[in-house]
Amino acid sequence: MNYFPDEVVEHVFDFVTSHKDRNAISLVCKSWYKIERYSRQKVFIGNCYATNPERLLRRFPCLKSLTLKGKPHFADFNLVPHEWGGFVLPWIEALARSRVGLEELRLKRMVVTDESLELLSRSFVNFKSLVLVSCEGFTTDGLASIAANCRHLRDLDLQENEIDDHRGQWLSCFPDTCTTLVTLNFACLEGETNLVALERLVARSPNLKSLKLNRAVPLDALARLMSCAPQMVDLGVGSYENDPESESYLKLQAAIKKCTSLRSLSGFLEAAPHCLSAFHPICHNLTSLNLSYAAEIHGSHLIKLIQHCKKLQRLWILDSIGDKGLEVVASTCKELQELRVFPSDLLGGGNTAVTEEGLVAISGGCPKLHSILYFCQQMTNAALVTVAKNCPNFIRFRLCILEPNKPDHVTSQPLDEGFGAIVKACKSLRRLSLSGLLTDQVFLYIGMYANQLEMLSIAFAGDTDKGMLYVLNGCKKMKKLEIRDSPFGDTALLADVSKYETMRSLWMSSCEVTLSGCKRLAEKAPWLNVEIINETDNNRMEENGHEGRQKVDKLYLYRTVVGTRMDAPPFVWIL
Amino acid sequence: MSPEEELQSNVSVASSSPTSNCISRGTTVALKEHNYLGLSDCSSSVGSSTLSAGLTEDDKASISLKATELTLGLPGSQARDTDLNLMKNSVKLDEKPFFPLLPSKDEICSSSQKNNASGNKRGFSDTMDQFAEAKSSVYTEKNWMFPEAAATKSVTKKDVPQSIPKGQSSTTNNSSSPPAAKAQIVGWPPVRSYRKNTLATTCKNSDEVDGRPGSGALFVKVSMDGAPYLRKVDLRSYTNYGELSSALEKMFTTFTLGQCGSNGAAGKDMLSETKLKDLLNGKDYVLTYEDKDGDWMLVGDVPWEMFIDVCKKLKIMKGCDAIGLAAAPRAVEKSKMRA
Repeated sequence: MNYFPDEVVEHVFDFVTSHKDRNAISLVCKSWYKIERYSRQKVFIGNCYATNPERLLRRFPCLKSLTLKGKPHFADFNLVPHEWGGFVLPWIEALARSRVGLEELRLKRMVVTDESLELLSRSFVNFKSLVLVSCEGFTTDGLASIAANCRHLRDLDLQENEIDDHRGQWLSCFPDTCTTLVTLNFACLEGETNLVALERLVARSPNLKSLKLNRAVPLDALARLMSCAPQMVDLGVGSYENDPESESYLKLQAAIKKCTSLRSLSGFLEAAPHCLSAFHPICHNLTSLNLSYAAEIHGSHLIKLIQHCKKLQRLWILDSIGDKGLEVVASTCKELQELRVFPSDLLGGGNTAVTEEGLVAISGGCPKLHSILYFCQQMTNAALVTVAKNCPNFIRFRLCILEPNKPDHVTSQPLDEGFGAIVKACKSLRRLSLSGLLTDQVFLYIGMYANQLEMLSIAFAGDTDKGMLYVLNGCKKMKKLEIRDSPFGDTALLADVSKYETMRSLWMSSCEVTLSGCKRLAEKAPWLNVEIINETDNNRMEENGHEGRQKVDKLYLYRTVVGTRMDAPPFVWIL
Repeated sequence: MSPEEELQSNVSVASSSPTSNCISRGTTVALKEHNYLGLSDCSSSVGSSTLSAGLTEDDKASISLKATELTLGLPGSQARDTDLNLMKNSVKLDEKPFFPLLPSKDEICSSSQKNNASGNKRGFSDTMDQFAEAKSSVYTEKNWMFPEAAATKSVTKKDVPQSIPKGQSSTTNNSSSPPAAKAQIVGWPPVRSYRKNTLATTCKNSDEVDGRPGSGALFVKVSMDGAPYLRKVDLRSYTNYGELSSALEKMFTTFTLGQCGSNGAAGKDMLSETKLKDLLNGKDYVLTYEDKDGDWMLVGDVPWEMFIDVCKKLKIMKGCDAIGLAAAPRAVEKSKMRA
């Protein structure tokens, strides 16, 4: 029953912004469903194939902001062929046809073409914000159309995309009348940058708060840019090589001192470490520091920089920092909430990498830590138990021991107990990635204790189907389960088919599931898309008499309300 | 993407080394045993796991156990004689290489090095450096498209002691080529290729103070006319054209077979070697690449090191489409300009 007129209810709903909450609201009653759908401005679609543009527009005609995710997470690691799917063009076409007033588009792991960018730029008069993360398929020509046609562009944020750089003049396509930019991130572009156009653009953008430059922007240009943008909050340095005596460097030092709003620093793709001291004066304000691409910054220069950053909340770093460096972080950065330590030497050889000691030090020194991604050489159960005791507040815990199947290096035991301690202590854990030698036992722990777990990544782990069953039965909130190279097969896959309706997706590659198992699953669950990605002979799989028992390379299944997708390439077989 | 992709599902042993073995399995499958100059094959295959791909099921079974054994002790010290036996048994396929770029099994053997990486915990990088160094002096023998324009560097491989390079090779200079990539399981460690490429570029550009060449991966896209999808390969995981050639061959063989099927010619018997040979010979594919300037060049004209420096993309074209692409003279000019 509604005691209030719709407008009042709607006004109340305006204060509810999270997607989860709005989804919950819409389920209360028909009237609330109706009010909510007409007032919803931001929509999040975690799997672009779970629905389609038509249904989106039917339900949310007043849509202003859309977030779409395409390929499964393991596509980041080359496990999904490029042409698998995740095309944004049909979405943009449908939105354009419907004349919805789109203002913001955020895409992750989708295929974006110049054609779609051009259509986007021309179809929505009020378009303000484009954020592309890990996307591909477009060139700087597409960026040029965005620059040229979006009159009120506020954000152009390109994060780790694969963009064909045609070395064109996309930056000069921003008209002189464009003064609304707040975010400009083109760090992932490989080619040369028109520095003159860039400087003029920055100079006429008084609201510019976030600027992330690519490698082709040298230090002297940086000095000029910072001089005319002292309001900068988030800076990504491109190339940082210069002579500390030079005029550019002195100018940079002066400019940096004026940037009292600077809170976030990143980049340093090429860096002369001895020039870092120019940033020391503002380090005490920094809350976010991303040096995970700064391969040339290490040792004492890195330590000195970090020692100035007492307010750091987020740190992304390379493992060249070493355990000793992490101890410095632990004693300096008491506000640290998120830490990511990436591997610097991907060819192995075990150079200054980090070990369990660094992790323990961090957990001991940073009580507010809630998210960690840690690539390391080795780990022990004892260390994990200590970490669990020190930091019971983890929301995300992702540990990657570089060598698959590596046991506790002291006791040679599997790491079941260590991870078990983590899930038992961290009651709010939502995301977990496992590595090292693991048996079914760790999954028993996960099923028993990880009640809030939404995303689990498994690689080279487990002994039998029981492992997977523990997880499927125990983790009531599981949304995304991704498994590779683990001995789970049809029994686990088929045990509880209705479970998959509560999940966004399941990925299994190089496991023990067979084609007949997948077929049975598809028969039992018509509301699932069961995709088999077999890069070798799909046809042979069918014709071969032993097809039933043939193991499936890659299985990707997800719930959907719109059935089989029409854009699947031939090597994807949707059962 | 690397050739391991296709073979991943064959691996069921718990240890990690078999998975990584797939690299060499993939790369050795279709090449003749003899090297380019027709000299006898090398006996240097270090990893006992090297040569299984070209073998019959029996052979595979008999070596798979050995291959998957995790042994202590120095890498390469096991089963050398097993290797020799395998070498003798493994000459099955007689096709010409898909991209008749370059010699020999010899080069391919270096990929076997990678396999021991995860199985053996010691001495890996030393091993790789030494062995890779042995390869570093060998690069493209000749432009395969224009035989008369052959470069004159001969296979110096034979001069280097072939038997178990690990621990025995006397070479000391190890800065001239990047170490052959560590045994790479596809998608492991779970790091985005964007990140790998970016770090690799930085390392390449930076001063090599310690003489250590750029690490990290260098992924480039590989497309093929008529193939349904493109792949990615990590150029740094190969040390010469031969490895690249056979890796691509393995990757794209399925497409060729697919075409065969659709023509109705081969029917179900798609793996017949004669048919494969006919198809490959008939189609005459050519490997080309796009360089930093955006020009499309034939692969094989420049030294390998320079090639991976400038190559942005690869494309497998039909021979007839590639007529007029950079012939040796132009490529050599370009390389002179760069030098």
